[in-house]
Amino acid sequence: MNKTHEAMWKELDLDLGAHEALLTVLGRFYNDIYLSQSGRLQGMEYLDFVMGEVHGLRIREIQEARSAGRKVMGLFCVFVPEELILALDGICVGLCAGAEAGFDAAERHLPRNTCPLIKSFFGFRLARLCPYTSSCDLVIGETTCDGKKKAYELFGDFQPTYVMEVPQSKSAAARVLFRTEMDRLRETLERLTGRILEPQRLRDAIRLVNRRRSALNRLAALRAAEPAPISGRDALLINQVAFYDDPVRFTETVERLCAELEERVQKGEGVAPPRTKRILVSGCPMAVPNWKLPYVIEGSGAVIVGEESCVGARHTRDLVSEQAETVDGMLDALCDRYLRIDCATFTPNPERLDNIVRMARELHADGVIHYALEFCQPYAIESKKVENRLAAEGIPFLRVETGYSLEDIEPLRTRVEAFLETI
Amino acid sequence: MITAGLDIGSCTIELVVLDEDRPIFTRRSETSFDYPEQVRALLSETEYDRILVTGYGRHLVAREFGMGHVTEIKAHAAGVHHLVPEARTILDIGGQDTKVISLDKQGKVTAFEMNDRCSAGTGRFFEVMAQALACRIGELGDLALSGADRLRISSMCTVFAETEVVALRARGEAPEDVAHAVVVSVVYRVSSMIRRVGLREKAVFCGGVARNKAVVQILAQELGCGLFVPEAPDFTGAMGAAILARGS
Repeated sequence: MNKTHEAMWKELDLDLGAHEALLTVLGRFYNDIYLSQSGRLQGMEYLDFVMGEVHGLRIREIQEARSAGRKVMGLFCVFVPEELILALDGICVGLCAGAEAGFDAAERHLPRNTCPLIKSFFGFRLARLCPYTSSCDLVIGETTCDGKKKAYELFGDFQPTYVMEVPQSKSAAARVLFRTEMDRLRETLERLTGRILEPQRLRDAIRLVNRRRSALNRLAALRAAEPAPISGRDALLINQVAFYDDPVRFTETVERLCAELEERVQKGEGVAPPRTKRILVSGCPMAVPNWKLPYVIEGSGAVIVGEESCVGARHTRDLVSEQAETVDGMLDALCDRYLRIDCATFTPNPERLDNIVRMARELHADGVIHYALEFCQPYAIESKKVENRLAAEGIPFLRVETGYSLEDIEPLRTRVEAFLETI
Repeated sequence: MITAGLDIGSCTIELVVLDEDRPIFTRRSETSFDYPEQVRALLSETEYDRILVTGYGRHLVAREFGMGHVTEIKAHAAGVHHLVPEARTILDIGGQDTKVISLDKQGKVTAFEMNDRCSAGTGRFFEVMAQALACRIGELGDLALSGADRLRISSMCTVFAETEVVALRARGEAPEDVAHAVVVSVVYRVSSMIRRVGLREKAVFCGGVARNKAVVQILAQELGCGLFVPEAPDFTGAMGAAILARGS
């Protein structure tokens, strides 16, 4: 990472020494896990560049936009409707939450046995390591799980934080609540940006985000090809960058990547030899640079063909209807779309089981590896339902529960290798 | 064909050399920090046509010596299936992990569970408990069997459980009763792991902890079925690797 950004990081009040160390580790990690792969797509160069500049040029762009009066919203979950933010000329960024950074600082506020995702976004903020968090005018949280819900209360002491209430069931009453929350978020954002939500701009935002989802869905569908045309690591990275990059530029990149992939599929080329075992990963989100499990799976000779995850299909699968003409109609459409998300915080959540089975079949997966972050009760408990359903469908299943630390990588590898030996 | 299997565990290394089905050479040694050196010493004593390595240290040894490797899950399955063809469930408790493996008639692994990174209920756990009870690891089983079933240890974490043992001793409890409680705590954990995978007979218990008579007896009672312990329970992984080496 070059020194040209140092003044900016200083301005953002980052801990320069610790940040430099973090970027060094991240760079080494990226090199081992990503750049060492063979047969990558040419289009991945853009993503390598984005990752190289993830705390650099992208942050600079965001600072320039802020100087021009645009507001930056930090998001942490796929439930926050990005369309509202974009329609009000805001910028959405994902918060750093995928590395064991600042855990000691975080543990001064949070219990040790808190999910690593939560500990990480706290740690990044407290240890002053995340330029995204530092660039935010508002962090928009949600009540998806108890851990996040209560952590936002504490996080509010460090940074302006708004919490959107997400219901835990899909009843009619829950929909009414969520619709009210849409209005409340709209009012908050209108106040913050000093703009009024206009139908034309909301319609454009809906179309833009739909277009990005469609591009990612097109990429996801191409992974059904045998041999797999792209590694799971690269596909995950693309889905991760979706949360950081400018949506227009990103969508165009993914569309170009898809064209390259289509050519590859037509020629019958792939990243792994034919008959490589194909794995669907299902469960918790993997934030940058949480590439541990994909690295273990693909390092054990399999290829990942899909992510049934918030950084993956849960983020992109459903589109918002583009029929509505009025702002209220569009907010209804957003409400309908967002409540189709099959997060494990819902009870009951049968759609998720159907979606996992459908993905496993469509992507010709030989097995499903269920990934729960440590201390993530919703996914860890729901994994039993996934196990039962997949057993009934005759799809091999492995359950993995792990955090961000690398110390359990060998036991993890043993489990994954043994699973691959059985299928 | 002469084949060899190496099992690099967290505490010990086992080597088995087979002439077809007949073991012609078996050895074990401490794993130690520099285990490639241990492996070199073990291998210098014997000759073979093919070899496979398994266990916790398989990747390092496979790289260093240019050997093929299999997971300990597959190796134990092959080893146990060879010794006990009717086996359908395997429990293996080694130095630092616990595994339950379900097998079909052909000896193929159909499901498995492993403990996570902590050493709860493994050989290491018993070593620490034996130390806290001031007895030798080989005597812990007899001591536990002479104790009464009247105390409970609730922590499965090795460190916390040790604290509990020390507290029980300070309270004046008899060491044999405490030893019994230590074994029962492991039996509860292991039996729920077995039930998660599904208990089907015949059940075979291997790994170093299978030498502890108290664990075998109390676990068999808890499960309500017999547990078969091979003559050399810590060699099944190496044996399996040697068998699998034939087709490698």
